[in-house]
Amino acid sequence: MSRPALALLPILIRRDRASLTATLLAPALALAAALILNLGLYVLLGRDPVAVVHAMLLEPFLSWASFSEVLLKTGPLLLIAQGLAIGFRAKVFNIGAEGQFILGAIFASALPIWFPQATGAWIWPAMLLLGAIGGALWASITAFWRVRLNANEILVSLMLSLVAAQLLYYLLLGPWKDPNGFNFPQSVMFQYDAMVPTLIPGTRVNVSLLIAFALSAAAWIFMQKSFMGYKLQVGGLAPRAAGYAGFNQGWAIWLSLLIGGFAAGLAGAAEVAGPLGQLQRSISTGYGYAAIIVAYLGGLHPIGIVVSAFFMAALYIGGDNAMVSANLPIAAVRVFQGSLLLAYLVAITFVRYRLEWRHAGHRNTS
Amino acid sequence: MNAIQFILAGMLAAATPFLLAALGELVVERAGVLNLGVEGLMALGAVIAFIIVYHGGGHLIGFVAAGICSALLSLVFAIIALVFRANQVAAGLAIGILGQGLSALFGKSYESLTVKGLPRLALPWFSELPIIGGLFTQDIVVWFSLAGTLAIWAIFTFTKTGLVIRAVGENPKAAHAIGYPVILVRTAAVAFGGMMAGFAGAYAAVVYTPLWADGMIAGRGWIAIALVVFGTWLTGRIFLGACLFGAVSLMGPAAQATGMDVPSQLLSSLPYLVTIIVLGIISADRRLLKLNGVASLGEPFER
Repeated sequence: MSRPALALLPILIRRDRASLTATLLAPALALAAALILNLGLYVLLGRDPVAVVHAMLLEPFLSWASFSEVLLKTGPLLLIAQGLAIGFRAKVFNIGAEGQFILGAIFASALPIWFPQATGAWIWPAMLLLGAIGGALWASITAFWRVRLNANEILVSLMLSLVAAQLLYYLLLGPWKDPNGFNFPQSVMFQYDAMVPTLIPGTRVNVSLLIAFALSAAAWIFMQKSFMGYKLQVGGLAPRAAGYAGFNQGWAIWLSLLIGGFAAGLAGAAEVAGPLGQLQRSISTGYGYAAIIVAYLGGLHPIGIVVSAFFMAALYIGGDNAMVSANLPIAAVRVFQGSLLLAYLVAITFVRYRLEWRHAGHRNTS
Repeated sequence: MNAIQFILAGMLAAATPFLLAALGELVVERAGVLNLGVEGLMALGAVIAFIIVYHGGGHLIGFVAAGICSALLSLVFAIIALVFRANQVAAGLAIGILGQGLSALFGKSYESLTVKGLPRLALPWFSELPIIGGLFTQDIVVWFSLAGTLAIWAIFTFTKTGLVIRAVGENPKAAHAIGYPVILVRTAAVAFGGMMAGFAGAYAAVVYTPLWADGMIAGRGWIAIALVVFGTWLTGRIFLGACLFGAVSLMGPAAQATGMDVPSQLLSSLPYLVTIIVLGIISADRRLLKLNGVASLGEPFER
């Protein structure tokens, strides 16, 4: 593009103060933009866009059965995203929630797999606790690498997710394989007491959704009201100021990663002790990665994340619907997720910047 | 053929996807931009090349199309991260998710299909050498990648282009003051990185393992990003690192061929474990990273 043509384009000017309107509008604008782009893609793929929109965005809300599935999927996304957002605000980029989720599922499954005869109402709470500990332990490897060895937490946490997936396959193809499972890579079905109690009769929605909401409230109190949460945020926004104030950066990294691992591990435990009832190869359908998008779309704010987790859950169910009724590959959900985050990142630029058109003759010579 | 000869013969080919993607990311990071979307850019290049080669378009067109498509996707990243000044980590992750999604979407109906790879060309005399002879029998892309490595080293060492890229990465404000178009240089670097990731994906899908399977990139894009850190932003060290990972990824098949009783999942996670360990060792030397690191990496440029 030649220079005169470039001069016709508007330029970004920093606002004096962040725009609240733009903050609130950004998710909606991003959704609209992502929707238009993806509908174009569906048309290119030869699908009926009206049928896809109906299946993806309306059907999840049209019947109680599918709406309850949306609520079921909201749980893990909400849990993981709340944990990740705390880290992201402290500029600790834990993107290995997928692995922490898997380790949570493995730790929780150890109890019913090793003690299949155990009974009592203590089993499922113990499994959730074990799962959370497992996730936090897995995340602590990343924390150690980051704090003690100065290694990039993005790369380490991601690599650990790939290792976690291999560990899961090893257990399911070897020591933990159900001997009567026709060689499928899955564990035995868990006993009744290993299942999280159902919350809404007649659906698969269980008590873990309440836990997710309770922890969201806890996240809100922690981030908005506590001094510890404040120290984390200062560390993220102004690391040098945090250093001068005596806030220990290493401590912030440990805390961020442990919280993220704890929440993701809990989500993994709730998945095997909830809708699945056994350890399977496909325990996670990319929750750990989708939760990153949920966290950003929610503006890294505990309340915003509740909304975005619910929306992302609906997108998952809608994607399943579209696969059946509009013959759309399930990968379309990932394309939608990726483009939604990209659109959102563009949209939030206007929180801190505004567009200004350069007029002819009024040449800016800075 | 013993295990060492097996690894020597296959190492360079196994290293090529790592090498191509890491060289691209090197140029991107030297210009001061952190693009974490390499995995998705490779996945997109892989599926484009596979589809074209499968339908008889030939390897050359497959590679060119893969390079163009991945470069276009990386330009989306450039616009969002550089023009709109978005968080580069988040934008890179989004591009990665989008690229992997597009790859799965386009590759859906090609699952488990195969194409023909490329013939290996033997360097006369050298390939006759005992033990290390296998190193000198490689397909044409490997030879081109080696030449490309040399070229990138030379560009950064001897040319003004290399100097401008580094200036933009080290101190964008000063580079801008001298009159270099910072955003334009960075955008070009990102597009180059995208093209290289596309080539890397194409090599993985139509030469190295010419069979389509969703998720076939299997973390190699992330390892390529780690390689840039391992190599402390130096071309030669990145090449050595890529060779190391080529060798590590062959240790699985080599161990299985010798009948060792190791779980295959452990062998599959070997490259990831090595990445974690080496990353710890290299990063622990803070001085090394400070000395060679890029000063403005990941920071948006604003006049």
